[in-house]
Amino acid sequence: MTSAYTLQVTTPSDREVVMTRVFEAPRRLVFDAWTKPELIKRWLGVRAGWSMVVCEVDLTVGGTYRYVWRGPEGDMGMGGVYREVVRPERVVCTEKFDQSWYEGEAIDTLVMVEQGGKTTVTTTVLYASREVRDAVIKSGMASGVAESYDTLAEILREI
Amino acid sequence: MNADRLDATFAALADPTRRAILARLATGQATVNQLAAPFAMSQPAISKHLKVLEHAGLISGGRIAQSRPRRLEPKVLADATGWLERYREIWEGNYQRLDAVLEELKAKEKKRRPKKR
Repeated sequence: MTSAYTLQVTTPSDREVVMTRVFEAPRRLVFDAWTKPELIKRWLGVRAGWSMVVCEVDLTVGGTYRYVWRGPEGDMGMGGVYREVVRPERVVCTEKFDQSWYEGEAIDTLVMVEQGGKTTVTTTVLYASREVRDAVIKSGMASGVAESYDTLAEILREI
Repeated sequence: MNADRLDATFAALADPTRRAILARLATGQATVNQLAAPFAMSQPAISKHLKVLEHAGLISGGRIAQSRPRRLEPKVLADATGWLERYREIWEGNYQRLDAVLEELKAKEKKRRPKKR
């Protein structure tokens, strides 16, 4: 299934990456899909060959979440603590990977806005420093990097 | 690939001149003069870019004399791009799977609560 809605990525400040995407569903359903383990397990990070073997969510301020995926290369886990929970529109939590490729915790902010039966979801990740954020952006979160990918893809084809 | 190396690699790839240099080196090794030729840039400026690429392990050679040809290190580049390609695909894939889940939730809801006329 291919969506007509594109994933937009921007960098409003030195330490942030913002992803925005519209979903063809009312907000309460999108919020459920984002916060209920039985639904999260069906979409988050479960690309071919990967499954979620741990998905625990205590969606309260001070509550924790824990995700573990199992893939061909082994397990990958992450988790954090909820700092703000406003159903069904806003969640703020910390994010830390078990084997982190960046230092420290990042702060995730999830905001859902419904209009005309559609929901715009904005996720903001606030990193500890600009350097950390830039490394992540260069990892492919920014659409602006697409151009450099194209160049790199050409280079790789030529090798 | 360790994190420091990856950071250096992404920093190196962030610049269009350096990507152009890599593209040129992909066609074969070249000296600083040859690499500088297509750019409106001084040789020291090009050398600076080459230093960044060397530090990232993306190219090798040229440590001693300026004339020593540089060459691309394909494996380092492939490691970095493979890693970032995977990451980009994750979010696009996540949201497409979420679309499918939402379609199902909507259909279920419609069944449960038929619209009143």
